[in-house]
Amino acid sequence: MKLEGAGLTRVRPFVLMATVVIPALLRKLTNGQDRVTASGRNLGQVVADLERQFPGLREHLVEDDELKPSVAVSIDGEMGMAGVLEPVRENSEIFFIPAIGGG
Amino acid sequence: MASDQSPEFKVIGTRPVRPDGVDKVTGRAKYGADYTLPGMLHGKVLRSPHAHARIRSIDVARALRLPGVKAIVTGADFPEVKGVMAQVGELIVNTHYLSLNVMARDKALYDGHAVAAGAATSKHIAEEALELIEVDYEALPPVMTAEEAMRPDAPVLLEELRTRLMAHRTDPGALEGPDRASNVPGHIRFERGDLDAGFRAADYVVEREFTTATVHQGYIEPQNALAVYDADEHLTIYCSTQGSFNVRTLTASVLAMSEGKIRVVPAEIGGGFGGKTTVYLEPVAALLAKKSGRPVKMVMTRAEVLRATGPTSGIKAKVKIGARRDGKITAAEVWLAYEAGAFPGSPFAPGAMCTLAPYIIENLRIDSYDVVVNRPKVAAYRAPGSPASAFACECVLDELAEKCRLDPIEFRMRNAAHEGAPQPAGPAFKKIGFAETLAAIRDSDHYRTPLNGPFRGRGVASGFWFNGGLQSSAIVNIHGDGSVSVVTGSVDIGGTRAAQAMIVAETLGIAVDEVRPVVADTDAIGHTDVTGGSRTALATGMAVYEASRDARDQLIGRAAKIWDKKPDEVVFEQGVFRPVDGSAPSLNLRQLAGRLARTGGPVVGRATVNAGAVGAVGNAFATVCIDVEVDPDTAKVRILRCTIAQDVGRALHPAYVEGQLQGAVAQGVGWALNEEYFYDQKGTLRNFGLLDYRMPTCLDLPMIETIMVEVPNPNHPLGVRGVGEVGIVPPMAAVASAIYRAVGVRMAELPMSAPRLLKAIIENRVTTFDAQATAAK
Repeated sequence: MKLEGAGLTRVRPFVLMATVVIPALLRKLTNGQDRVTASGRNLGQVVADLERQFPGLREHLVEDDELKPSVAVSIDGEMGMAGVLEPVRENSEIFFIPAIGGG
Repeated sequence: MASDQSPEFKVIGTRPVRPDGVDKVTGRAKYGADYTLPGMLHGKVLRSPHAHARIRSIDVARALRLPGVKAIVTGADFPEVKGVMAQVGELIVNTHYLSLNVMARDKALYDGHAVAAGAATSKHIAEEALELIEVDYEALPPVMTAEEAMRPDAPVLLEELRTRLMAHRTDPGALEGPDRASNVPGHIRFERGDLDAGFRAADYVVEREFTTATVHQGYIEPQNALAVYDADEHLTIYCSTQGSFNVRTLTASVLAMSEGKIRVVPAEIGGGFGGKTTVYLEPVAALLAKKSGRPVKMVMTRAEVLRATGPTSGIKAKVKIGARRDGKITAAEVWLAYEAGAFPGSPFAPGAMCTLAPYIIENLRIDSYDVVVNRPKVAAYRAPGSPASAFACECVLDELAEKCRLDPIEFRMRNAAHEGAPQPAGPAFKKIGFAETLAAIRDSDHYRTPLNGPFRGRGVASGFWFNGGLQSSAIVNIHGDGSVSVVTGSVDIGGTRAAQAMIVAETLGIAVDEVRPVVADTDAIGHTDVTGGSRTALATGMAVYEASRDARDQLIGRAAKIWDKKPDEVVFEQGVFRPVDGSAPSLNLRQLAGRLARTGGPVVGRATVNAGAVGAVGNAFATVCIDVEVDPDTAKVRILRCTIAQDVGRALHPAYVEGQLQGAVAQGVGWALNEEYFYDQKGTLRNFGLLDYRMPTCLDLPMIETIMVEVPNPNHPLGVRGVGEVGIVPPMAAVASAIYRAVGVRMAELPMSAPRLLKAIIENRVTTFDAQATAAK
């Protein structure tokens, strides 16, 4: 969509809608919904949109503008380490899961 | 599915002698305790005799007056560290609690908790000095089990702790329940489907409770550290660790230092199994060195290792699973409580993520809790969290298989997860080889051979664990004579230097003995996460593979320069470089390496990889079959035969992969039959030596048979999967099922030691046992 004004033409960023699977104990913040949609080109933007829709969710996932060390994220089956900078694609499926370590 | 060498490789899949082997068997290998420096002092730690006590005061004056004593430190000497959570490799660490674990401040929270330390000109003087330190304790009631700690009226260990959601296991704060102090800092839940409907659809429902004991990794080499400050205030630490970069970061956190001022030199390591991924002595030795102005070496005794380093959690588990007559699992409800020790951070999350992961279950709920108790803070131990929870659920599955009148392998096969199946935490599996491990056991000589004789039984169980990803760096140096060194930051525990050399040799077309693998210190190589999480041959192997290819591409460029060609006009095949048009004789690596100086200088291949979070790069499954015989008089269990089938992706060095599988099963058998911490009513550990903490020896075990299932990992350029951990997951349940078939008792508590099993047999008045005993006479 083009927005025109003051002689400028700007292109509104294409809004990507991802499906976010809400961790079971946080579903009370999403009215019991286990899957919700949120927009964003990266995980940080998705979390911001989640917070807009479901206030209080962000503090469980993000701290100091970074994904909490105890939280990992799976996006379309990939578990990267870029935190809030993880790219999100159209129709991505996002799981927030505990970060773990091995022996 | 094979363990034979793939025809596409010349080196990978072979079994060369490990490059560190001769030094180790001849005693030349240098372990942490072997390091000495001029003027070096010896440090010792004073440890709390109380499981739970307030420290009113510590008086070190008399100790300092003892001749030969050069420094004493207590909690007051350590900087106050803000309680921030940090991701340190695979660890998620609350730096405040880490500091409190290294040295107690106002409270001692377990028997063996460090309360002071001294450095002196000899170890004996240091020990004498500790006896002169006067600590005024106010003893408090200890809380020793998860069940006790979760009661509303339980004494509180850490006043600031509140129960939190998700996996905020080391981060105090109130997010769940009332804002009151709690011994339960973490709670997670995985849930899907309709649990009630699932159980209604079941023909059989089995509901049981289980308990497992605190067990230790049992590495042979105790923790050690030698710390020395340079004149410019740079600190060097020589130590036995699974992760030198972890030691650097964690020591910097505890001492409020810059990481740039710390160099960590990893010594050869005498085992770790996860227990050497954190710090205990390193910051203490550093502080004593700073205070005394001299190098300080500290080496734990075996008793200190057992009392004060991190074992793994004992757990309480409640499991309810339903299945139809045809063997289809319809619902599962699991409740787990993991003892974290004195500070938050048990493997309660991976325990929940792994249990039942091998199976497709539409209706599922798993709750898991992190619970602090007055025991040493747990550390990682081979597949942390998974063995205990798998014991509980696999035992119930065995019982359901029996009710369904199905072979236990067939029962599992009918529910087996495959590519695309959801894990308990939600994400779907990629290509996995679980069903292949079941088939491998089903078709094995072991399983097809009948087990005859009284008091004998056979058990089968399966297990799951993740493959670590994380960060690794590698450098491949091409020397002037064509030999090569490969430098990484990965401490070698299980033969990973051999695996790295093999990857380089394969990529550069040279013999493996022309490659020298080197483990570098933290100043000499890029960041590399711990040797743990089954990640080293896997993820550092990726870095080595990429660095080798980088070196190879540079060499192609040099050959092109010699022949006045473009790089794409040169090919590398069968270990030689040649121009595509055949206009010049080919060059092997030795010939080309001799001309590097005149074609641009040294060739150094480099690579860094970030292979993603733990679980990102692959998954591992194993199935174990164990035959036992139970002594009818003593109930002592003898392992008659044991076979493990594991999906290893691709075995780089099959002998060392087999060794990992065998070692993991051996530890699992020890966990099943013998190992446990005995605490008295005051919370004092009573078995702090290896005579009383009974690990299996070679006399206790038959040769463990291995079947390497090779379902290549799609996320790895060579198809490798991490192999070091998952083998420890199934043995406990397999032994329990075997015991049931031998004497008719289903054990629900680990270890299944002779006294415990005999008591269970007597209490249950097992008719089959009596019948067999009669028949045997």
